[in-house]
Amino acid sequence: MPTNNYLPHLDGYVDNEGPKIVTSRFNDPNNYKISNYKASGGYQALESALDISPDAVAAEIKDAILLGRGGAGFPAGLKWGFLPDVYPRYLVVNGDESEPGTYKDRLLMEHDPHQLIEGCLITCYALGIETCFLYVRGEMALAQERLAQALNDAYAQGYIGKNIYGTDVGIDIVLHWGAGAYIVGEETALIESLEGNRGMPRLKPPFFPAVKGVYMKPTIVNNVETLSNVPWIVTNGADKYKEFGSEASPGSRMLAISGHVNRPGVYEVEQGEVTFRELFYGDNYCQGIRNDGDVKMFIPGGGSAPWFFEEQLDLPLEAKAVGAAGSMLGSGAIVVMDQTTDAVKACLRVVRFFARESCGKCTPCREGTSWEEKILQRILDGAGRPEDLDLLLDVGSQISPGDYPKAAWEAEGLEAVPFPPKQTTICPLGPSSVAPITSALRRFRPEFEAKIAAGRTTVGASS
Amino acid sequence: MSRLTSAAVIEAEEIIARYPRKKSALIPLLHLAQAQDGYVADDAMEHIAELLDITPVEVLGTCSFYEMFKREPVGKYLVNICTNISCQLMGGEELLHHAEKTLGIKSGGTTEDGMFTIEDVECIAACTEAPCMQVNYRYAGRLDEVRFDKIVSEIREGKLAIPAHGNLGDVKQHIPQERESGIKPPEQTEAPAWFVRRMSESESEVTINANK
Repeated sequence: MPTNNYLPHLDGYVDNEGPKIVTSRFNDPNNYKISNYKASGGYQALESALDISPDAVAAEIKDAILLGRGGAGFPAGLKWGFLPDVYPRYLVVNGDESEPGTYKDRLLMEHDPHQLIEGCLITCYALGIETCFLYVRGEMALAQERLAQALNDAYAQGYIGKNIYGTDVGIDIVLHWGAGAYIVGEETALIESLEGNRGMPRLKPPFFPAVKGVYMKPTIVNNVETLSNVPWIVTNGADKYKEFGSEASPGSRMLAISGHVNRPGVYEVEQGEVTFRELFYGDNYCQGIRNDGDVKMFIPGGGSAPWFFEEQLDLPLEAKAVGAAGSMLGSGAIVVMDQTTDAVKACLRVVRFFARESCGKCTPCREGTSWEEKILQRILDGAGRPEDLDLLLDVGSQISPGDYPKAAWEAEGLEAVPFPPKQTTICPLGPSSVAPITSALRRFRPEFEAKIAAGRTTVGASS
Repeated sequence: MSRLTSAAVIEAEEIIARYPRKKSALIPLLHLAQAQDGYVADDAMEHIAELLDITPVEVLGTCSFYEMFKREPVGKYLVNICTNISCQLMGGEELLHHAEKTLGIKSGGTTEDGMFTIEDVECIAACTEAPCMQVNYRYAGRLDEVRFDKIVSEIREGKLAIPAHGNLGDVKQHIPQERESGIKPPEQTEAPAWFVRRMSESESEVTINANK
């Protein structure tokens, strides 16, 4: 029985005719089946990895400078190098994609589950890991089904389990799924959740997953897109991989561009080769802003990222350049807002997300994000007070001390502090709620003030 | 309502066996309970505690943290409308208001006939197809009032085969016993034999190359 007879694939993937690494098989609608995957060279990277030594495989990935695609952008090869000589080690795949604006991991799991599985197997082989947990976001029903089928088929055909490819290598992969909590995307919260607990982050140090992770054993947590790159790198080599993208950020990124563009979509884009302007206006990409409008602001890397404005349109899509300008490419989610957008409303919506998703472990975040939401809501409702704007910044500074984004303040001659921000919390969720506030207030303070003034007039007139 | 059925217990035991620590199976077992009853019943939580050798309050502690788990019955169809930023920009809030008006309930409420529950949810990862929603976690996107109404009436007429709330798919992972390599418990502290052997061979290779 089909479990979906309408919109089985809510799928914004757009083939932009650029180089393909992780989406190379997306045009085959049946690629999720093992037969199709194998017919297009699938599981051959695993076979060739098994022919060389584990450390040679790890060295190849390190050499490729495979940056983590989950948000932080930390090189996977370096992360792997933090493992102490302690066993058992575990691999946990972070498929709990839920950053606002982001969806690429879901497509990778739905379209090409075997590519991810092959990436997991190669990683386990390289690091001496025998057990891998594949943590998929609970709400992604189709991705779970596709992965379950893919795992069953790969077990049956000898790619997972004991004696892989007839060798002595044995690796198990367990499909695990969540139940709705954004915070579980944070790696230590993911581990808590995998252990059956409330998904609350652990303090680092001492709980760096590579040292003390699942069951207090060394654990590597990698994102779905990161691991999906691994088979390609093994097949084609690090040198070939580095021919794509920029020197500091080789390869490609899957970017989801949503909001007020004419052709929103998920595109695989070479890192550093395209600017935001080309992405928003190019025929090969989003084809302009709706109604021939202008960009008022855009979020370059998911709800946690400080906003950018028209003067940042010519920045290349590359972590280093975006970071230097005071924001981040994060999880590859770009949200474009045209000049009709209400900055206060947009700011409130992003803040409200963090207030709702705060796990409640740290006081500054649990209380602070709700305060931020309440203050913004009353400004929007016409009940704001003139002192509310300073109060907002003050509450924000209790969660994330210091001004940011760095470069944006710098441009105005203010003292700079490092980005990412300082935090009074265990994880960056709370500080992330401050990003939209400082972004919107810095740029559109008159809009906030107008709402407050209008509200006061109304109150005065009716009394 | 009820404890887990004997069929569900068999499935639960298979799931538990996949983890080095029983408690890791907690979230999957809560899903199993929700698939059985459409929500997570108190008796089911007690049963899960017995299966995992933990206390019922530990089960409740985890269950109450996660949004997908409902501890009261919900409508046959859970309509999750996204109002996060990408959807808000494209009319997600208006869609939510339309849904509330059409179905005569507020977000969080259930229609009198028990057919629909509406929820105002956070990003469901279909942002380019905004505004979007999930019905029992199956997607629909690029919605407007007309499309929304059509989906609702098609569900009422039984034209859409959407699985019941709690059912996240009929395909489940199954590891054949003869294929399982052996999921490693944390107590087993030895490096895999294949890894040790291959790494030692690799060192000699490196030495050979270095000597050349």
